[in-house]
Amino acid sequence: MNEAAHHILAVGKREWRSYFDSPVAYVFIIIFLMLAGFFTFSLSQFFEAGQADLNGFFRWHPWLYMILVPAVAMRLWAEERRSGTIELLFTVSVTPLQALLGKFFAAWLFMVLALALTFTVPLTAAYLGAPDFGAAMSGYLGSVLLAGAYIAVGMFTSALTRNQVISFILAVVIGLFLILAGYPPVTDLLARWAPMWLVDGVASFSFMPHYEALQRGVIDLRDLVYFASVMVFMLFATQVVLKTKVGR
Amino acid sequence: MIKANHLIKDFGRRRAVDDVSFEVEKGTVLGFLGPNGAGKTTTIRMVAGFLPPSAGTVHVKGIDVAQNPVAAQKSIGYMPETTPLYEDMTVSGFLRFLAEVRGFNGAERNSRVDSALDRCFLQPVRNQSIDTLSKGYRQRTCLAQTLLHDPDILLLDEPTEGLDPNQKQVVRDMIREMASERVVMLSTHVLEEVEAICTRAIIVSNGRVVADDTPAALKARSSQYNAVTLSAEGEGIADKLGKLPSVKEVHALEDGKIVAFPKAGKSIASDVLAAAQANKWKVADIKVDDGRLDEVFRQITTTEDTKKKEVA
Repeated sequence: MNEAAHHILAVGKREWRSYFDSPVAYVFIIIFLMLAGFFTFSLSQFFEAGQADLNGFFRWHPWLYMILVPAVAMRLWAEERRSGTIELLFTVSVTPLQALLGKFFAAWLFMVLALALTFTVPLTAAYLGAPDFGAAMSGYLGSVLLAGAYIAVGMFTSALTRNQVISFILAVVIGLFLILAGYPPVTDLLARWAPMWLVDGVASFSFMPHYEALQRGVIDLRDLVYFASVMVFMLFATQVVLKTKVGR
Repeated sequence: MIKANHLIKDFGRRRAVDDVSFEVEKGTVLGFLGPNGAGKTTTIRMVAGFLPPSAGTVHVKGIDVAQNPVAAQKSIGYMPETTPLYEDMTVSGFLRFLAEVRGFNGAERNSRVDSALDRCFLQPVRNQSIDTLSKGYRQRTCLAQTLLHDPDILLLDEPTEGLDPNQKQVVRDMIREMASERVVMLSTHVLEEVEAICTRAIIVSNGRVVADDTPAALKARSSQYNAVTLSAEGEGIADKLGKLPSVKEVHALEDGKIVAFPKAGKSIASDVLAAAQANKWKVADIKVDDGRLDEVFRQITTTEDTKKKEVA
């Protein structure tokens, strides 16, 4: 294994373990599953709807992630900077890019684990009827990509500050923007004064059309590219912040 | 092995390090000392590759640290001033992580962690969570981390700060033991430490190097150097000593002892002894002062301060 991969793996493993060495992982997973269940079965009226599909489950994920993912991501860099361990990390031949990839994959994998534990929801649907298996799979794919995008945003805001609360709030606000950017309240507000291309440009930043397409079972390369580019952009921005801010 | 060439570091408009140059060879324990805020930590951070210099270069074993920090850091073990540690890990878990980052796996990793635990006397706390450790153990955990990859260069920023005298002794013995085939650069403002372990001392003040010498040579700059303290019975001792050609001045202390200061560059011990024999003084005790580092330190760093103020 080459050195870069080795560093990414070592940093990722440490980060992963630190979730489970503290109560964070358990609290998070329990709350996540409870809320996911509550939204699906109570707010979406899963049983009353009389349809064995998973729309009522997936459609809440952007909102759930908006609040919960920043809590997973906020400590990634803020804590390193506050406690000074970043000075250790960056003087043992680990580059900022390697460190941030390790942290990103650890946090993303953690979200994937939490999401995997919702398997009872599709099982319930399968027990009650015959849900579209392909749509469920592509829905999960969309949710995994969405979680990755939120993690990347949260990691970026975490690098900006040594204060976890500030990191959390910034990430929630950016997340909210990325959800709402395509909705009429925001586009209408813009359309009053901005030219059409700008309105369309802002609207195209939104998670929602891309996520909804996957939720319906449509796997379009453009949607995959969208999520990948959000992640790459945010990771790149994080790297720039780390290189310019750390230690000075 | 370390070569710093006209290092400069600015933070905004404040110049923290101002044209620092030095070269350190194998087997040296370099004490980097100076008042608080003199630029010690900033300099060490630049050598460690954590901060890029504003101007100038540092080479470690011929590698430019700012250009290629990854390669340079392979031969450096660095202990930051704040002894940062991952609080939620155990001592051995922390060291295992750093051993992995340093490129060791499996049995090799475990044996290196074990030997670092041994060398820093950390075995009793190896499975303890770091956030429950006392200051001394935290310090040694951070020190153990620097030894994992057996580096040629150790950069220790205030390694004995906050330790009790016994722990200080342990850390100093370790440093002395490690120094033979390495370079150790340590920063401190504890002068006894410099006298105890350093083979060379650089004093910085306001970001500049103001002295670079062996601790013994620095001490020789002291006005106390070669002063003779005599406690003896006899007639007119002070007067007679004062008339010796090599003696500059004589003070009588409150406890009856007499101190004779030599003229610059002179050694007066033999003259004083000869006078004592000739006059048949009953000498109870005689002591030759080898100089005092704290006095030299104060003298060098405060004149530098006043100079700076005059310019301003």
